[in-house]
Amino acid sequence: MTSAVRMTGIVKRFPGVVANDGVDVDIRAGEVHALLGENGAGKSTLSNILTGLYRPDEGTVEINGQAMQFSSPRDALDAGIGMVHQHFRLVSTFTVAENVVLGEPDSPFMMDQSRVAQQVEELSNRYGLAVDPSARIWQLSVGEQQRVEIIKVLYRGAKVLILDEPTAVLTPIEADALFKTLRAMVAEGRTVIFISHKLDEVMKVSDRVTVLRGGKTVGTVETANTNTRELASLMVGRSVEFNRVTRSNPADVSHTVLTLSGVSARDDRGRDALHGVSLTVGRGEIVGVAGVAGNGQRELAEAISGMRALSSGHIDVSGERVQSGRARSAIAKGVAHIPEDRLHTGLASSHSVEDNLALKNYRSSSLSKFRVLRRKAIRAQATDLVQNYDVKTPDTVTPVRLLSGGNVQKVLLAREFSSLPKVLIAASPTRGLDVGAIETVRARLVEAAERGVGILLISEDLDEIMSLADRIVVMYEGRLVDEVAAEAADRERLGLTMGGSTVSGGAR
Amino acid sequence: MNSNIFVIIASSAIFYGTPLFFAALGGIFTERSGVLNLGVEGTMLLGGVSGAWASQHVPGSAWFTVLAAIIIGMAAGALTSTLLAFLCVTLRTNQTVAGLAITIFAGGVGLSSYFANIWKVAEAPVDRQVRRLDVFGWADAPVVGPILFNQTILTYLSWVLVVLASVYLFRTRFGLQLRAVGESPQTADAMGINVVKYRYLHTILGGALAGLGGVYYSLAIVPTWVDGMTKGAGWIAIALVIFGFWRPSITLIGAYLFGALQSLSSTLKARNVQISGDVLDALPFFMTIVVLVLVSTRFAHRRLGAPAALGVPYEREER
Repeated sequence: MTSAVRMTGIVKRFPGVVANDGVDVDIRAGEVHALLGENGAGKSTLSNILTGLYRPDEGTVEINGQAMQFSSPRDALDAGIGMVHQHFRLVSTFTVAENVVLGEPDSPFMMDQSRVAQQVEELSNRYGLAVDPSARIWQLSVGEQQRVEIIKVLYRGAKVLILDEPTAVLTPIEADALFKTLRAMVAEGRTVIFISHKLDEVMKVSDRVTVLRGGKTVGTVETANTNTRELASLMVGRSVEFNRVTRSNPADVSHTVLTLSGVSARDDRGRDALHGVSLTVGRGEIVGVAGVAGNGQRELAEAISGMRALSSGHIDVSGERVQSGRARSAIAKGVAHIPEDRLHTGLASSHSVEDNLALKNYRSSSLSKFRVLRRKAIRAQATDLVQNYDVKTPDTVTPVRLLSGGNVQKVLLAREFSSLPKVLIAASPTRGLDVGAIETVRARLVEAAERGVGILLISEDLDEIMSLADRIVVMYEGRLVDEVAAEAADRERLGLTMGGSTVSGGAR
Repeated sequence: MNSNIFVIIASSAIFYGTPLFFAALGGIFTERSGVLNLGVEGTMLLGGVSGAWASQHVPGSAWFTVLAAIIIGMAAGALTSTLLAFLCVTLRTNQTVAGLAITIFAGGVGLSSYFANIWKVAEAPVDRQVRRLDVFGWADAPVVGPILFNQTILTYLSWVLVVLASVYLFRTRFGLQLRAVGESPQTADAMGINVVKYRYLHTILGGALAGLGGVYYSLAIVPTWVDGMTKGAGWIAIALVIFGFWRPSITLIGAYLFGALQSLSSTLKARNVQISGDVLDALPFFMTIVVLVLVSTRFAHRRLGAPAALGVPYEREER
């Protein structure tokens, strides 16, 4: 069997991260080949290398047995590789036909809209991709826009189509239609690379699966010879060392500090991202929220911390109602927040350490008088906190963006904990940190829980959740789909529910 | 009949509006590629002073000298905006700051006035000018004569350009690609379009057209060199781009409206109408402010069809 695409030893480094760390993939002509992995496993980087957007630091790419070096997307297109991006590459003010013909080097000097429209119609009939060639992109639904993307790639005669998380934006019916289209294309001898983290879909549509984890290839299996269970464990990895952190005083669940009742909220694009989430966190309890990123975790964190308005439901902290979408109200009620994007949402990155440490309590009388800041008091507070939290910084006026990732996170922790919160929302608090910093951050979280802070730990890192949390809930497509006590948690089952499979008797 | 005030104002609206249109058309090309050029005023002045110098120094027949002056003025504008393109596209600096820097650097108290000094441009008259023509001998025809058949060659060139530019932008493959670069450089890049090349070429083309506008001031309107002689025409041109919804045809009409406002004071003064000249002189700029305030909200920008990536540097390896 010939390889349509073979990538060997691919390494791609970005500042601070190795996104691909020796990835090998071998894709046969005429198959649907799934690339499975959690977010951050390196799937998107790999496909960006294959489409010429990124250049690999090491490794080789072969197309039909020929070594290739793509220096731009044009080269990849010429080699017959087309990408359907997760975030569509469409010009929203252009018509469908204009988008399809855009950048096509053989198109005539003067555009001939009707001829393109005719070709678009031919393609859409052949593969069941219904779309109106003269409609403008902004008028189309997301599913239709995706069809335009696929037509665009087909129009260029791509032999290999890469689809990055294609169903993330689709309704189940649209997804089924897409799967039919993919099978039709494979039947014509084209090759499809299907990137996903959803197990059921991968089982349904693919011929073979390559699993990536942490930037490395875990293995390639025939879909017919595997099952969701095996794929889940390959995807999330078996626990290597698995120590549950023991705590001096246990959680006091009789005393609820955070209550979510039927909370719904929309994402930035106005789509429903949270669907009636109900959840409680007790005094000193750590509740882990597991799930693949993009399933509503960010919206959940923002809703609780008052950064996102609720479309329905309500949130109480120690029995007091938090005003929807009011960060100051949340802070006043005792909510602390460690956002996943610590340098943008968490801190003002070009401001000094001391200013950042004062961002939350500058209104207090100790730090300002008649609305004028007391610099000395601010500096004294910063000096204390820097010492207590062991922040490695030359001085307190250094901009936080110049600190290392671990020290940035310590500044954020210092500020959030110094407000003596009742509830802490920690979103991926150790992502991107080195081992030492991870230890520190986890220790601080446990300490806080021992002091009685209720912690909602949102993380994609199952090891982290399983070692820290008392109770684990799983989020999938904006809903809590599973809940287990941490001692009873089993990695395989969490992997399955995170991938959208239901567990008999487990889901609620 | 031809001294009818309407005829005079219409004729001078076209006469004064032409350089505004050149600069605004340049702005359309530049902004359609996603680059905001706030250096138009300075670019026009550099074009104007270079054109004036060439008109005084290039030997040969009169028409050859004028042609050389036009080309040299456009080249000066192109060169100036190459610097802007380098700052904005290659170095990805803040486009507002880069454009303002160019206007200050090249403007009325900057490089253009320095060149005027060392070349002694202001000390001699500009004899070889771009003159009003008498097309088909119809310049004295009633009403339409002064308005349509008694303009300079550059005005007739601008009428050709408005058609060519509209066809280029909206009917050709390159225009489509240009608009894609300004709307969504990520998309353009993914479709194999060279974003950097498009931005450079159209920024430079925009500069050349601004230079042409400058030449029109020093060779047709005044015609001699005066420091800072464009008197804010570059800023009006930037407002005109928005006023014209980034479309050449509407921008041409807008340019004539502003041209009418600009000519109003001298026309009315000559007719002894008692309105303060200062108020009339301020009218175009007052209108500029009104236009810019009306369209400065992000909402209005989107609705009017501003290129979505206008003013945003493009960087590929972003995560």
